[in-house]
Amino acid sequence: MGSPLRYNVLVIGAGMSGLAAAIRLAHFGKKVAVLERHDRVGGLNSYYSLNGYDLDVGLHAVTNFAPRGASTSALSKIFRQLRIKPENFDLSPQKKSRIAFPGVTLEFTNDFACLEEEVAKNFPSQKDRFRKLVEAIRNADPYHPSAERRSAREAVSSVISEPLLAEMLLAPLMYYGNAMEDDMDYRQFVIMFQSIYLEGFARPRRGVREILDSLLNRLDESGGELKLESGVREILVENGKVYGVKLMDDSRIECDSVLSSIGLLETIAICPESSRREKKPAEGKLAFMESINILDSSPVELGMEHAITFFSNRENFSFRKPEEPVDVNDGVICVPDNFSYGEPLNCNMVRITNKADYAYWENINPMENLPRKRDWHSRSIEGAADYMPDIRDKIKFLDVFTPRTVRRYTGHINGAVYGSPDKVWSGGTALPNLFLCGTDQGFLGIIGAMLSGISIANQYLLK
Amino acid sequence: MSKSQLRSIVTDIIKSIAPDEDLSSLDPEKPLRAQIDLDSMDFLDIVMELRVRYNIDVPEADYPQLNSLASTVNYLMPRMQGV
Ligand SMILES: Cc1cc2nc3c(=O)[nH]c(=O)nc-3n(C[C@H](O)[C@H](O)[C@H](O)COP(=O)(O)OP(=O)(O)OC[C@H]3O[C@@H](n4cnc5c(N)ncnc54)[C@H](O)[C@@H]3O)c2cc1C
Repeated sequence: MGSPLRYNVLVIGAGMSGLAAAIRLAHFGKKVAVLERHDRVGGLNSYYSLNGYDLDVGLHAVTNFAPRGASTSALSKIFRQLRIKPENFDLSPQKKSRIAFPGVTLEFTNDFACLEEEVAKNFPSQKDRFRKLVEAIRNADPYHPSAERRSAREAVSSVISEPLLAEMLLAPLMYYGNAMEDDMDYRQFVIMFQSIYLEGFARPRRGVREILDSLLNRLDESGGELKLESGVREILVENGKVYGVKLMDDSRIECDSVLSSIGLLETIAICPESSRREKKPAEGKLAFMESINILDSSPVELGMEHAITFFSNRENFSFRKPEEPVDVNDGVICVPDNFSYGEPLNCNMVRITNKADYAYWENINPMENLPRKRDWHSRSIEGAADYMPDIRDKIKFLDVFTPRTVRRYTGHINGAVYGSPDKVWSGGTALPNLFLCGTDQGFLGIIGAMLSGISIANQYLLK
Repeated sequence: MSKSQLRSIVTDIIKSIAPDEDLSSLDPEKPLRAQIDLDSMDFLDIVMELRVRYNIDVPEADYPQLNSLASTVNYLMPRMQGV
């Protein structure tokens, strides 16, 4: 028998973070393979086809969009670090988005001045306070390893004295990148504030496939390997060090280090009992129901003119696992047609996201799953009635997915899209050659995940 | 290896990292980072590209010598013989 294959690094999971990390490692000559359980890449931001429609699992918008030349933005860091040409992502900026609460709407675009004006117009007493908050955010360094842990709610309300404005500013940031119930880590808040308000939204005309294709091309060019349908059953440890992994089919692959992007608890679960030294982190509880509605006519002509609408029917925005199966009193509405593409998209799609209770959807009788989904989808449209037309009789294609779908396809415990509230900002674990990137390292969303993969690869595996 | 060859080795590396920067009017004597937008991550990538492409290890203590194009070329000159 020849000596078994040995890799410098095995990356577990071919989501955005794992792919980005593997590109960096392969580019600098490491022998690396990405092991993905599923038959395709993308993870939480993957894609599928149904009834002749090409659909994205998650993508609403790519955050951190900055005009060409602004090289300090996270997005241009990613392009440079991965040696990807910005045009390869084919990003088109949003037209406009809004935060809509009872009686007040704040519109925003990729030009931050728009939000500043909206705040000044709707909350005249908060104009200077808002400026002060923004100044503090611009001066913060959330990526610094020792950035302090603080409550974002406290930080915001220490400056903003109008509670409604504080809620409105927090809601989008929580929806797009917060694993914690009710509050948010200030560091996460700063990152999300920059990526959504100070930078902004964009979308590839062809959706997430455009981004994944670019990543796969670069991985291939750099000599990195991708193994699909290669779920990792166990991380193999001897004498306190990782030496390889065992796949679902019981085959083994040896390596010098493992970089896991599947989540902290999910990683601990595949490590041998004896190596689990960490104090058990909390499980994430925030999960979502998402509906993909394709209409028989243009949502824009029905009056839906925003790319993304973050709405709440309550002045006090509640970001926690709901008591009922789905909380339809707040949510996110996305209309992919409302980005400025070179050529109009006209896909007539409306996506709606609401918070959902994982346990309800996981334990549901399979016969009940579809009717319950339809019922809650209908209620979700009723819940958004103040912010969008009733599209129920115009839907020609509908797909709804619940936390259970997310858990099935990506392995995230509780279907918690943003993972555990206990983040491991350092990316290190109890084992010296096992590292974490992606969801539970701390940077969230598509851009955050890629940045996470890049920075953990740089910090530990490219020294 | 001549100075001009070394210069194009360095500019090729910078171009691969920051393709959107215009390097045609670079003043070789002035600090690189004063003329083009290179952050510390980009700078570290120059060092890493030198290592993978030409097997040259630049210890951290020597980073200041990569300040301008001219100083980088001077630094690399004795180290690139035989490459
Ligand atoms: C409905 C929805 C909408 C979203 N919308 C947006 C948006 O508009 N904009 C945005 O920026 N972000 C959005 N996100 C968030 C974004 O998708 C994620 O934050 C990001 O993709 C996370 O990437 P990751 O690499 O960290 O993790 P993941 O994508 O979870 O990658 C982990 C990978 O590991 C694989 N895996 C798990 N267990 C194993 C195992 N044992 N062996 C091998 N492989 C394994 C999984 O299959 C998966 O591919 C959305 C997410 C969802 C669910």
